[in-house]
Amino acid sequence: MPEMEQAGTRGVAPERFYVRFTREQRYMHAVLFTTFLGLAATGLPIRFSESFWARRFAAGVGGFGAILFFHKLCAVVLTVAFLLHLKEVFQRGLMRHEKGIFWGPTSMVANWKDVKDVFGHVRWFLGLGPKPQFDRYAYWEKFDYWAVFWGMIVIGFSGYAMWFAPFFAHFLPGWALNAVLVIHSEEGLLAILFIFSIHFVNTHLRPESFPMDMVIFTGVESEAEFRHKRPLEYARNAEGGELEKKVGNAPPVWLVNFSRVAGFTAILIGLTLLVLTLTAYFS
Amino acid sequence: MNGAAWDPQEPRLRISETMTAWLERSRYGWPIHDGAKAQTPREAASRAANGRGGGWRRRRAAGWRGWMGAAMAAAAGVVLLAALTPRAMRAQDCLTCHGDGSMTDAAGHSIAVDGKKFGDSIHGSLQCTSCHADIQGYPHPGKVTAVNCKTCHADQAAQLAGSVHADAKEHPCTSCHGNAHEIYPKSDARSAVYPLNVPKTCGQCHSSNGMAGKHGLPSVYPNYIDSIHGFALSTEGLLVAANCQSCHGSHHILSHTDPQSSTYKANIPQTCGNCHARINDEYQAGVHGQAIAKGDMKAPVCSDCHTAHAILQPTESAFRMQSTPICGNCHKDKFSTYRDTFHSQLGSLGGYVETARCWDCHQAHDVRAASDPGSPINPANLIATCGRCHAGANASFVQYQPHANAHDRKLSPGLYFVRLFMNLLLASVLTFFLLHTILWIVRSRYNQMKDRAGNGGNHA
Repeated sequence: MPEMEQAGTRGVAPERFYVRFTREQRYMHAVLFTTFLGLAATGLPIRFSESFWARRFAAGVGGFGAILFFHKLCAVVLTVAFLLHLKEVFQRGLMRHEKGIFWGPTSMVANWKDVKDVFGHVRWFLGLGPKPQFDRYAYWEKFDYWAVFWGMIVIGFSGYAMWFAPFFAHFLPGWALNAVLVIHSEEGLLAILFIFSIHFVNTHLRPESFPMDMVIFTGVESEAEFRHKRPLEYARNAEGGELEKKVGNAPPVWLVNFSRVAGFTAILIGLTLLVLTLTAYFS
Repeated sequence: MNGAAWDPQEPRLRISETMTAWLERSRYGWPIHDGAKAQTPREAASRAANGRGGGWRRRRAAGWRGWMGAAMAAAAGVVLLAALTPRAMRAQDCLTCHGDGSMTDAAGHSIAVDGKKFGDSIHGSLQCTSCHADIQGYPHPGKVTAVNCKTCHADQAAQLAGSVHADAKEHPCTSCHGNAHEIYPKSDARSAVYPLNVPKTCGQCHSSNGMAGKHGLPSVYPNYIDSIHGFALSTEGLLVAANCQSCHGSHHILSHTDPQSSTYKANIPQTCGNCHARINDEYQAGVHGQAIAKGDMKAPVCSDCHTAHAILQPTESAFRMQSTPICGNCHKDKFSTYRDTFHSQLGSLGGYVETARCWDCHQAHDVRAASDPGSPINPANLIATCGRCHAGANASFVQYQPHANAHDRKLSPGLYFVRLFMNLLLASVLTFFLLHTILWIVRSRYNQMKDRAGNGGNHA
């Protein structure tokens, strides 16, 4: 994490760290990427079952029964995680009437500023305008969230429809049983290609974060990084006097090291699967 | 004559054939020559001269049957003696020289005969001169004519002459039946044509390093021996397991291109049906069997799906893996649409044999058109057919199209538009973000470089 290190060495005062993600949110991400890697690793051989690596992989893990078992196991775990997330959103937003869940600068829900930011960001890419100032969640982060949200509903529903086809046949037309495979495999492919290329680069591998943005693992980020990446949120909190509430501890060395190992492992597996997917897709 | 150093000056063996001795041999079978002890012709000669006390061994107790045999043999002997005058050669006469295991001819080929084995063999009751008819006595000419089995086995010789082995350069009979002096009945486990020995016998030529390799014929022996038939035969010792000649016959083997051949395409169902009778009945009732019966040679017969030699147990994963593409050789469009399904995706990975292959829905042998009420894919039977794997299959469930084509708008409109939408979604999201990400990286890197050049820092 170059920014943190550089900020630490350059700063006169000791670097301050601010909490961005709660422990529950970090665990949620860990469960999400673990099961997602599992689903991708067991789903891709099914999708590209005639590729050279699929049969070897299947044979290596104990045949297709084993692959399907792990796929379903990961699916169930991810489903539970998704339902817990829905419960949390429901409780915080509807039961406790917590502000900023459904609208406002801290919400995941897209707003007019996000539309302006997309165009502003592209203008900045092309050198046609200043870099937009982002709040707590930038538009591509919201897209990541909703892509996963939509993906879980679509892939999950189509997956369960195949798993329990005779049951779903009670209220789905016959052709839908054909369609769910197309939906499941295409949406799964989209998720895999998106996460293993675009999410990896946008969040972890782009020059500002290279080689990895540790905030989702440690939960905290340095003041310099906070101000640079999310100036609006920093300013808003500073004005409202909320900044002090967000101050956290510097991440312990073990957590940073553990996060690096876990994160790089995930990225390595993801990139491997991406290469395998692309070779199978274009061969 | 390498090791058999007998003196040419020695008095030749001259044993008169007497009626008594001849009868004795007829009653008690072949005189057993103790080959292990008879190191030289001289020793053998003295043993033979000692008569019964030396090397004769009774084969079976002689009861009243012995007297009957003696009487019949006596009658036969009179006729034979008349034919063999002035003096017949007896086998032990020949074995005096040929009993020496190391005896070879001028070219170095063994011309030794194991008297014991010959005595046990199916021809054990015959005289040497019965086959080596041009030898009248001793000494005999250095060059004798090759034995012609046809003299006695005319039917087999005629069948062989019309077969693929007709042009065999080597002696065609012994190629399969083995050493001419050690031929046993085919029910005898020592016989080269005993059912359990047949594959090995044929495999001498029809394996990769045999005749088949030289003549570009397929190497069938390794395929056969690893097949379910070969397995039953070699490991279980199952005498009824199909061996080479069960399908190809023995003497009258014809090319599979010959309409008379048991392995000619149209005849294969009947050939396999000799054992697999019910399967053949089912096959004949199905569309493939009826097409063959009508002379449509494009339709598959047993060997098209099961192969001819490398036949596997059909429930084995390996067979289930290999045979779906075989149906696809003809049913290309059905195979192509099948490959888009989950059945195929799972099935082609192997190890998971339960996923539906062609014949799980269409039947393997009794394949019928969907319009046939007897077909498992007739609409009236679909719930039962799908229900074999999918417990709880109902009328709506069986509307699933196992051969849906997502690219055919008329046939599967719902599926067509779902696929189109998914493809567009994939293409648009990935295209937008790919461009977005590339531009972003370039811009970020550019800013980093610029900052670093300006103030020595590289904070983006």
